[in-house]
Amino acid sequence: MDYLALYVTLKLALVTTVILTVIAAPIAYLLAYTRFPGKSLLEALVYLPMALPPTVIGFYLIIVMSPKGFIGHAWESLTGGSLLFTFLGITIASIIYSIPFAVQPMKAAFSKIDRRLLENAYVLGLSRRATFLRVIIPNSLSGIAAAAVLVFLHSIGAFGVLLMVGGSIPGETKVASIAIYEAVETMNYHAAGMIALSFIPISYAFLLLINKLNEDSQT
Amino acid sequence: MTIAASLKKRLKYFDVDVSFSCASKSMMVMIGPSGGGKTTIIRMLAGLTTPDEGQVIFGDEVWFDSARRVNVTPQKRRLGYVFQDYNLFPHLNLLDNAAFAAVDKKEVDGLFDLFKISHLRKRKPHMVSGGERQRCAICQALARHPRLLLLDEPFSALDVITRRGLREELKDLKGKLSCPIIYVTHDINEALFLADEILPVVEGKNDDGWMQRTITREPGTGTTAKGAREPRLSLVY
Repeated sequence: MDYLALYVTLKLALVTTVILTVIAAPIAYLLAYTRFPGKSLLEALVYLPMALPPTVIGFYLIIVMSPKGFIGHAWESLTGGSLLFTFLGITIASIIYSIPFAVQPMKAAFSKIDRRLLENAYVLGLSRRATFLRVIIPNSLSGIAAAAVLVFLHSIGAFGVLLMVGGSIPGETKVASIAIYEAVETMNYHAAGMIALSFIPISYAFLLLINKLNEDSQT
Repeated sequence: MTIAASLKKRLKYFDVDVSFSCASKSMMVMIGPSGGGKTTIIRMLAGLTTPDEGQVIFGDEVWFDSARRVNVTPQKRRLGYVFQDYNLFPHLNLLDNAAFAAVDKKEVDGLFDLFKISHLRKRKPHMVSGGERQRCAICQALARHPRLLLLDEPFSALDVITRRGLREELKDLKGKLSCPIIYVTHDINEALFLADEILPVVEGKNDDGWMQRTITREPGTGTTAKGAREPRLSLVY
């Protein structure tokens, strides 16, 4: 059984979830509470990865991350290394791939908060930032948890984007879904079955977790 | 300190156009029919709604002046605002709610004793009654040491008995506070019981004859206005 691939998958999903939760919160806030010209364009752009084939996202990520692309070039001049075929590269890919799944539930949770609560916070002297941290976030924990679990589950299922950006380097970019694909390619159904089976308790446990979080936030 | 305001705002069905002032240690009750612009006026004082024209002057501070393009944010006005409901943050217990913006968190215990909700300090807002929530909302506003206290129909969602009790507590409290208090209601009993000054507001404008017309039979029409029944009801409880 390819434990290394499972480990890379879980590590990638965890890192993606943590980073994306932090990045998505202010974006969701902007989309839920502010009005500015071009907002609907920005919103559609944030949700675009959901509507594009993963290979299309992968293709453009290769373009920008390659040593000639602007991100890849900047990264190479900073560190001397490449982004493609590295864990960092697939982390960036995974974040972009899952961003709609983080922003959408958070925006819904933020929008549900009664505006009068925010006005009360302003009257009580809280800045918009402090209101976000002290009122909006604590009252949207279930939405944030839902976003985190969705991102986690979506990340462990990523395949096409990661294969294009990361290839299949064991311990670095070879995630479980790629390991399953390769095992099937080589007719090794036993190995593929073992990894596939291990997904079921992981995914199931996370769904139980989100139910628990939802219950806790309601009491 | 005195709050003085002259406000104009165009609304969908009528225009708000009022001027008034209220001095320290005094309570002005703004009364009038529902939907008459009272909440809009209070929100303009708090800085939550921007008037089209006018001024809001507090002591020697200008909070709003359309001519000079001054508009101080609600955060900097340092006032207390008790809404009809929805003042309390659902994720915090009553104590943390009242201490949310407290100048000195130790004072909250004293306020809770005063409003008789000390035994509920660890409860979340949804676990206490509407009257207890509003008591906590008043504590939350007072703990901030407001320079002006705005109360927008704070007891109107409560039953008559609770409302009467809170009304009396508020009257006691009035003597202890040094800031101006502006109280909004559509209940004439409440206005007569609490007010030092009364400002009737009908369709956005000051209408001094409104109370008289409401509590007496209107000549020629033969109908008794709705408000007339309320003073009689007060004999019952």
